[in-house]
Amino acid sequence: MHVPDGFINAPTSAVTGVVAAGAIAVSLRGARRELDERTAPLAGLVAAFIFAVQMLNFPVAAGTSGHLLGGALAAILVGPYTGVLCVSVVLLMQGILFADGGLTALGVNITDMAIVTTVVAYALFRGLVKVLPRTRRSVTVASFVAALVSVPAAALAFTFLYWIGGTTDVSIGKVATAMIGVHLLIGIGEAVITALTVGAVIAVRPDLVYGARGLQQRLKLRVNGELVDAPGAPGPEPAPAPVAARSHRKVWITGLVASLVLAGFVSFYASASPDGLEKVAADKGIDEKAEEHANADSPLADYGVESITDARISGGLAGVIGVGVTVVAGSAVFWSVRRRRSDDTSPADTETNV
Amino acid sequence: MGAGHAHRLYRHGHSPVHGLPPHTKLAAVFAFVVVVVSTPREAMWAFGVYALLLAAVAYAARVPAAFLLKRLLIEVPFVAFAVLMPFVAEGERVDVLGLSLSVNGLWGAWNVLAKGTLGVAASVILAATTELRELLLGLQRLRLPPLLVQIASFMIRYGDVIADEMRRMRIARESRGFEARGVRHWGVLAKSAGALFIRSYERGERVHLAMVSRGYAGSMPVIDEVTADRAQWSYALALPCAALVVCLLGWTL
Repeated sequence: MHVPDGFINAPTSAVTGVVAAGAIAVSLRGARRELDERTAPLAGLVAAFIFAVQMLNFPVAAGTSGHLLGGALAAILVGPYTGVLCVSVVLLMQGILFADGGLTALGVNITDMAIVTTVVAYALFRGLVKVLPRTRRSVTVASFVAALVSVPAAALAFTFLYWIGGTTDVSIGKVATAMIGVHLLIGIGEAVITALTVGAVIAVRPDLVYGARGLQQRLKLRVNGELVDAPGAPGPEPAPAPVAARSHRKVWITGLVASLVLAGFVSFYASASPDGLEKVAADKGIDEKAEEHANADSPLADYGVESITDARISGGLAGVIGVGVTVVAGSAVFWSVRRRRSDDTSPADTETNV
Repeated sequence: MGAGHAHRLYRHGHSPVHGLPPHTKLAAVFAFVVVVVSTPREAMWAFGVYALLLAAVAYAARVPAAFLLKRLLIEVPFVAFAVLMPFVAEGERVDVLGLSLSVNGLWGAWNVLAKGTLGVAASVILAATTELRELLLGLQRLRLPPLLVQIASFMIRYGDVIADEMRRMRIARESRGFEARGVRHWGVLAKSAGALFIRSYERGERVHLAMVSRGYAGSMPVIDEVTADRAQWSYALALPCAALVVCLLGWTL
């Protein structure tokens, strides 16, 4: 998916370059918070890991194989800021050293593959981990979903950039269908591999999985056949937070599942009927406008059947992504409002009340 | 680690291009690519001139044409995409050899092919004439955030180590009779990837401790400051300046 030079026009490349630079600046600050002064060696080694794991071939069938893109994996394993940094550095080095991806398209590539993938994956992952029960399995499930959505989300972002600044006048619907259709498949592979990898890490070193921090069970001692809390158990004690979260959890789950079902499956069927109509119209149109029409679209004839299913799936997918984005945005607003409220009530508040 | 850090793309040599300070080369390549991308696609001759300019640089750098052409193969996926463009693009159509092609799509395909190829060729020449360490120093001189340069340098330095570790894991798997043939074997591969992550992360922790015990306090000492004098700058910037002239001609003609 590395975009070469000349694919996206110069103004859009420049704007995405600024966006990428800004995001990297933010991530540099954030990564220092995530990793303190160990940032450089650890992020560097993780970047090397991403670079190496992209060379690990996963055979699919009959000689074809795929490899991991790694954005979601990096976000879950080392946190969103460090993840953005690592993938960006990998892209930068690939651009300069291996001529993989154009230098002027670096902004597009970083925005698309480092920022969108990582941020979408991490937001979704955190949301799911909050909602699901606090077990290892739910971390695996959450990373599966996060990786599954992150790849088509990057394809969507690319389509959006292409729509703004593409150098060729390909209809945006075709680009979206092709990109999202292909990347949906890639996303499934990515999701399986990411979930398996996160599961493997969490089985051995759960403390290394950034996204699963705070899920560790408290240390318990068995005294006379009874489990009691170990005295002076180390680690942060998030006492009030889980209680608050738990009381909302049922509402959360019901709402999220309902909206995902609506967005994913109902839109799937809803979009089926316009497609049918279109098909009928096309059948009629072919009767009137004989051969010219058939010829003009002949290369797309192959896409015909696929594009219907793709359009359905992609409609459902767009719904699911929409729900994800809305949930994230909504909870961000909710969270900030709640924090503001708790800030207001605290006596040591320096903010002026508005 | 003390051995050569030269990457596979680097070709050792003592040409004038090899001798230029790295940041001038980086700036020149970047400016050149920007100029190429902003050239109108209708000015076909301009891209020919760009190709000649790059060929001249490659000749000065004593990079053989076969090497350059072989490296250009990295572009192939996009060639496939570009070939598809004339079929799917909108707009008026022309008949070529019995196929109905979009005029706009043909221009688009040409645009991507020409600019993409020139961009790749410029990067390949840069990588072929600049050592890794120099490249990182050049990036630092160009005011990239030092932390980012450090991360990049660690990635480059340990990239081979981690890749080797992965290769050893593969040999270990294969010597136990494992051969990944399909989706059913992904679990094993993913466990290897997980183990690789843990090893990389722990290596990072060890590297950090080793650095701290040698006095690391957040920034790497710069031992060999690279500087460029006016002559070297003008020598390096000759390429983008010539390209700029061509580009301006392309817009006006």
